[in-house]
Amino acid sequence: MNTGNRPLSPHLQVYKPQITSVLSILHRITGIGLAAGALVLVYWLNAAAYGPDAFERAQDFLASWLGRLLLLGWTWALFYHLCNGIRHMFWDAGRGLELPQVHITGWIVVVASLGFTLISWFAGYGLLGGV
Amino acid sequence: MALRSDLGRVRGLGSAKDGTSHWWAQRVTAVALVPLSIWFVFSVVNLVGVDKDGFKVWLNGPGSFVLMALFLIALFYHMQLGLQVVIEDYVHNERNKVISLVLNKLLAVFLVVSSITALMRIAFGG
Repeated sequence: MNTGNRPLSPHLQVYKPQITSVLSILHRITGIGLAAGALVLVYWLNAAAYGPDAFERAQDFLASWLGRLLLLGWTWALFYHLCNGIRHMFWDAGRGLELPQVHITGWIVVVASLGFTLISWFAGYGLLGGV
Repeated sequence: MALRSDLGRVRGLGSAKDGTSHWWAQRVTAVALVPLSIWFVFSVVNLVGVDKDGFKVWLNGPGSFVLMALFLIALFYHMQLGLQVVIEDYVHNERNKVISLVLNKLLAVFLVVSSITALMRIAFGG
């Protein structure tokens, strides 16, 4: 295909980041991040299948500061992708497509994903007895 | 003015040649994953700090095995569909694109078989 001297649209960096574009690319980034998390889930299950020692090693790693940081990230990524996915379903149904609604539902997704993450982690630490 | 051929119109598959099947599968797995992933997070929170025996007790408890298997199937199907779009968007070299798409599908099948086999070994093993 000869593209010649056609004018090209400016690239992404030219545009000011907005709630719409930032949340859109976050959906993709969290999706890719969750795929990496799914690999750890497969490792975790296989460690449990392999034996008590292998599972203990997996649990120890996930309980380390690095493990917890990753799990915190994956918790938020999952809730973000989940909430924003529901937002996408409303769009698919032709609802909530007006700009003010897109902004409101976007912020709802941000707040809800952070809220669900905090609730999950408080619940987890609560079960551990506040460790 | 209709520029599409009669054959293309009657097949209704569009330029991607697979119609709406990918789109639909992505939505159906997404709908399944809404309750399943909420259940998964709830379960994992309850499994914090558990040892292998505790994990086995949980997996043999009511609903755990079936819901976990359903979650894994929906998760890896959805993951494959999502990563496919990412590859199609960013990998422009035709050879690399086809290789990536095939590897993506093989990886998803491997991960779902591996994780469900692990579930069986935990639930039915010693």
